[in-house]
Amino acid sequence: MSASVTTRNLRIVRDGKTIINDLTFEVGKGLIAGILGPSGSGKTTIFRSIVGVQKITSGEITVLGQPVGAKDLRTRIGYLTQSASIYSDLTIVENLRYFAKVLGTSEISIDEILDLVDLRKNKKQLASSLSGGERARLALATALLGKPELLILDEPTVGLDPVLRIELWNLFHSLAAQGKTLLVSSHVMDEAERCDSLILLRDGEILAQGSPSQLKAQTGEDEMEAVFISLVGAR
Amino acid sequence: MNFSRIWATARRILSQLRHDPRTIALMIIAPIFLMTILKYVYNDQPQVFQRVAGSLLGVFPMLVMFLITSVATLRERTSGTLERLLILPITKLEFILGYALAFGIAAFIQAVLVTSAALGPLGLKIAGSQLTLISVAVFDALLGMGLGLFVSSFAKTEFQAVQFMPAILLPQLLLSGLLAPRASMPRALEIISNFLPLTYAVDATRKVISGSTGFTTDFSLIVLFLLALLGMGAVSLKRKSE
Repeated sequence: MSASVTTRNLRIVRDGKTIINDLTFEVGKGLIAGILGPSGSGKTTIFRSIVGVQKITSGEITVLGQPVGAKDLRTRIGYLTQSASIYSDLTIVENLRYFAKVLGTSEISIDEILDLVDLRKNKKQLASSLSGGERARLALATALLGKPELLILDEPTVGLDPVLRIELWNLFHSLAAQGKTLLVSSHVMDEAERCDSLILLRDGEILAQGSPSQLKAQTGEDEMEAVFISLVGAR
Repeated sequence: MNFSRIWATARRILSQLRHDPRTIALMIIAPIFLMTILKYVYNDQPQVFQRVAGSLLGVFPMLVMFLITSVATLRERTSGTLERLLILPITKLEFILGYALAFGIAAFIQAVLVTSAALGPLGLKIAGSQLTLISVAVFDALLGMGLGLFVSSFAKTEFQAVQFMPAILLPQLLLSGLLAPRASMPRALEIISNFLPLTYAVDATRKVISGSTGFTTDFSLIVLFLLALLGMGAVSLKRKSE
């Protein structure tokens, strides 16, 4: 199986402080990988380095078979930032139309994507008047434009109601079934169960990695919450 | 360079403006309002109005565009949309040119209306053509945009961005020859004023109005300053950060 994302000995130092320390992991194609850890553990920094906007101190990152930052990757990665990076003073459809143009994809797919995130009915609404959950879904829609092969989703379900969360996870699974790779961060442990593989992070270091069942077997716990606590305690 | 991405960016910025009618109204009404006040302030000295109003036609669009651009680009930085865009296939130059095109169009509309008001009801007389005056005003506006774009990379908050106006533009205004002829300033100040873009914005406007020679030199310098600022603006956008 080919890996969509590989990092080797990734190290990031910011203002003399080590943010990410010796991070090595691999995410297989068509899988959903979860990066879990408390806030401040380095999840966003890892995502930013995979996308190519973070200066790295040392180590190597390969994305979709190319070194990170390669020009060709720009249309192949969809990135959802933690705080919705959208234009509040544009409508939903104007936001998507602009990002579609920049990506060079057709605008025909916009309605299709709005259906996926359930925003079609209010597509003429200004983004500033949207609720937190709607803003998050609009940002997700912009990340889905152009059908990227790799999706980097930084806390995509934060602030969403349970029904919507389940719907989005179903969407993620159907995307993975189409061969897309998803890297999802969360600090909600019950979402970990829905991932194919997990990377548990603390203070920029990997506590453990493996599938949910592997981690449960390793710690002898049934709940992900307990798995995490037991792994933290073991250190 | 891909023109459709530049145009898409310009259209996006214009749509943002369109959703903000109050800003559009202020952009157009404020300069006309100031011109009108100026006319009545110098009611008994129409020749002073001629001199000052003419130069201000070049300064207003510059001030307005400087403010709008520095706040707009700072917002792109702080909202994360800039970083989001720079990982997409758009280049920094396309992004900057999108801004230049959008604000160029806005500046054109502003310049047409403000010069028409000045030449019509306010009775400003010019020796040159109105079209030349509008072109100078548009380029002055773009110069303001270029400055705003560049300095916004040194601002971390919107408070700071707004403070750049008194810090960057007002000294230029004082030295531009608008208040006192540059030749009458101490030599050191006069030399400094030779390196300030606003000096040429004021000079070019004044020359169109009085019909005196040397306009082409001033205009070419404005264009050169503009290109340099846009270039520096593009360089100041960073794809990667610490």
